[in-house]
Amino acid sequence: MFELLGIPPQALFGQLLLGLINGSFYAILSLGLAIIFGLLNIINFAHGAQYMLGAFFSWVLLAYFGIGYWPALIIVPIIVGAFGIVLERTMISRLYHLDHLYGLLLTFGLALIIQGLVRNQYGISGLPYAIPPQLAGGQNLGFMFLPNYRGWVVVASLVVCLATWFVIEKTRLGAYLRAATENPTLVGAFGINVPRMIMLTYGFGVALAAFAGVLAAPVYSVNPNMGADLIIVVFAVVVIGGMGSILGSIVTGFGLGIIEGLTKVFYPEASSVIIFVIMAIVLLVKPAGLFGKAA
Amino acid sequence: MSTVTQTPTAPAGQSAASTPALHIAIFLALLAAGLLAPFMLYPVFVMKVLCFALFACAFNLLLGYGGLLSFGHAAYFGGASYVAAHAAKVWGVTPEVSLLLGVLAAAALGLVIGSLAIRRQGIYFAMITLAFAQMVYFFSIQAPFTGGEDGIQSVPRGDLFGLVSLHSDMSLYFFVLAITLGGILLIYRIIHSPFGQVLKAIRENEPRAISLGYRVNRYKLAVFVLSAALAGLAGATKSMVFQLASLTDVHWSMSGEVVLMTLIGGMGTVFGPIVGATVIVTMQNYLATFGAWVTVIQGVIFVLTVLLFREGFVGVISKWIKKPL
Repeated sequence: MFELLGIPPQALFGQLLLGLINGSFYAILSLGLAIIFGLLNIINFAHGAQYMLGAFFSWVLLAYFGIGYWPALIIVPIIVGAFGIVLERTMISRLYHLDHLYGLLLTFGLALIIQGLVRNQYGISGLPYAIPPQLAGGQNLGFMFLPNYRGWVVVASLVVCLATWFVIEKTRLGAYLRAATENPTLVGAFGINVPRMIMLTYGFGVALAAFAGVLAAPVYSVNPNMGADLIIVVFAVVVIGGMGSILGSIVTGFGLGIIEGLTKVFYPEASSVIIFVIMAIVLLVKPAGLFGKAA
Repeated sequence: MSTVTQTPTAPAGQSAASTPALHIAIFLALLAAGLLAPFMLYPVFVMKVLCFALFACAFNLLLGYGGLLSFGHAAYFGGASYVAAHAAKVWGVTPEVSLLLGVLAAAALGLVIGSLAIRRQGIYFAMITLAFAQMVYFFSIQAPFTGGEDGIQSVPRGDLFGLVSLHSDMSLYFFVLAITLGGILLIYRIIHSPFGQVLKAIRENEPRAISLGYRVNRYKLAVFVLSAALAGLAGATKSMVFQLASLTDVHWSMSGEVVLMTLIGGMGTVFGPIVGATVIVTMQNYLATFGAWVTVIQGVIFVLTVLLFREGFVGVISKWIKKPL
């Protein structure tokens, strides 16, 4: 076998694939954060907890109701999204007239509650979730072995991200959404029900997080802390990309995942901090973020 | 309850003549309570309250008076506790030197992180500080001197200036009390200095402060470093009390706890964080047997405070008596 920069290609491409998978989750989650932030002006700290709920509900559906992976992929985002809508209506909507930081604090509290409840019920050791039989096994690509499920995760998240981008940038609904982001009062004056749109947007952002959770369930072990650790990295991703552009979030998410994967190959000690280092550099060079508009 | 102001502040009317007298009276009452407490309560518990009171006051200096929400103050608290513990245990320095080293480390960390974080505002500022604190956390897991999951254990308390033994809980208690009250008085002085007034001006209206010729970013960075250094003092002291520096102190949940303490006590008030720290530490003490429920209860308190009780205990009292506290 040939070697690349002294690294066996199996290891290189294997880590690259892992990076791409992490990147898929960064992309979906930062996309959800950006959509919610655009319209609600809050940072949804509970995003990680809602992602974790997605993974947990798919486990619960399988363990208690015998409902498998494919239905869960549809059902779980709807359940968790509806839960998000309830949160938005009962609590978050009371804070719109206040400083944005209160939204952050409230959703932080919600994240603590959700994580604590799940931990009480199921402990902190991970629960296993089997890969659906249709996606078991893998392909030998010659230079590397590609597990089918991992390939599916990357494709599915790309499709979801691009579909979201299409809806927001190219459809009438998306046009309303973008208009309401710019000037909610004016859009309301045109007879569009802005509060309902805000509610549905939050629900959709949460559903995206839950969808990522279902995708993640067979890859990572399902445990109450899986979201908390991830969401902080996603915050860094959001700072790097800037929340101004949908495509920007997607590109940044995948790009940083790949960079993180490569770091694991070439300098593993730095792999857990590389994204934060990149964030520091971006703040020095382009404080508004790579795709952000200067404030 | 539906204030639209940026941060809930104590009522105006700073110049009320009786206010300083009231504050002096409260400080004397705190001193008296602090002197009596170890004879009635378990000293280590009171010391824990004191450390967190100082931590919350340091945090409140940044949030309540600078208007900057840092979600990563555990980095300075825990970072300083590691440095102080390492200095005391491995280098064998005396307590005052190890505390000083801890404070310097926290200030240096605050200078680096602060100078990056102040490049963005509001929500981004919170996310950046949180992300850098997580970086410090990952560093603490990997670094050779932190002891990983075990932390730095059985840190010697040592002899103050090489003379006064701090090994008994009682002698250490009065040292910790002096540090805490000294730190809080320093914060009080900072708030009421011209520097503190400029900070309030920046918090209320940043563009206007800029137009008045203030170099806003320097003020922000200065208060960030001060807050980090004082949080470091609290963390270094805590490592001395418990003779332990561990990952708990640098974890993001610690950053959340100090936000909660400040919020529930009343942000932007001098005495609020002390009340908040007392409430939360006492609660944790009594609920320790409930395990993970503590997290749930803290989350519930967080949510209820943000929704219904944004002024906090001291903020509400301050509104009643129409005097800033």
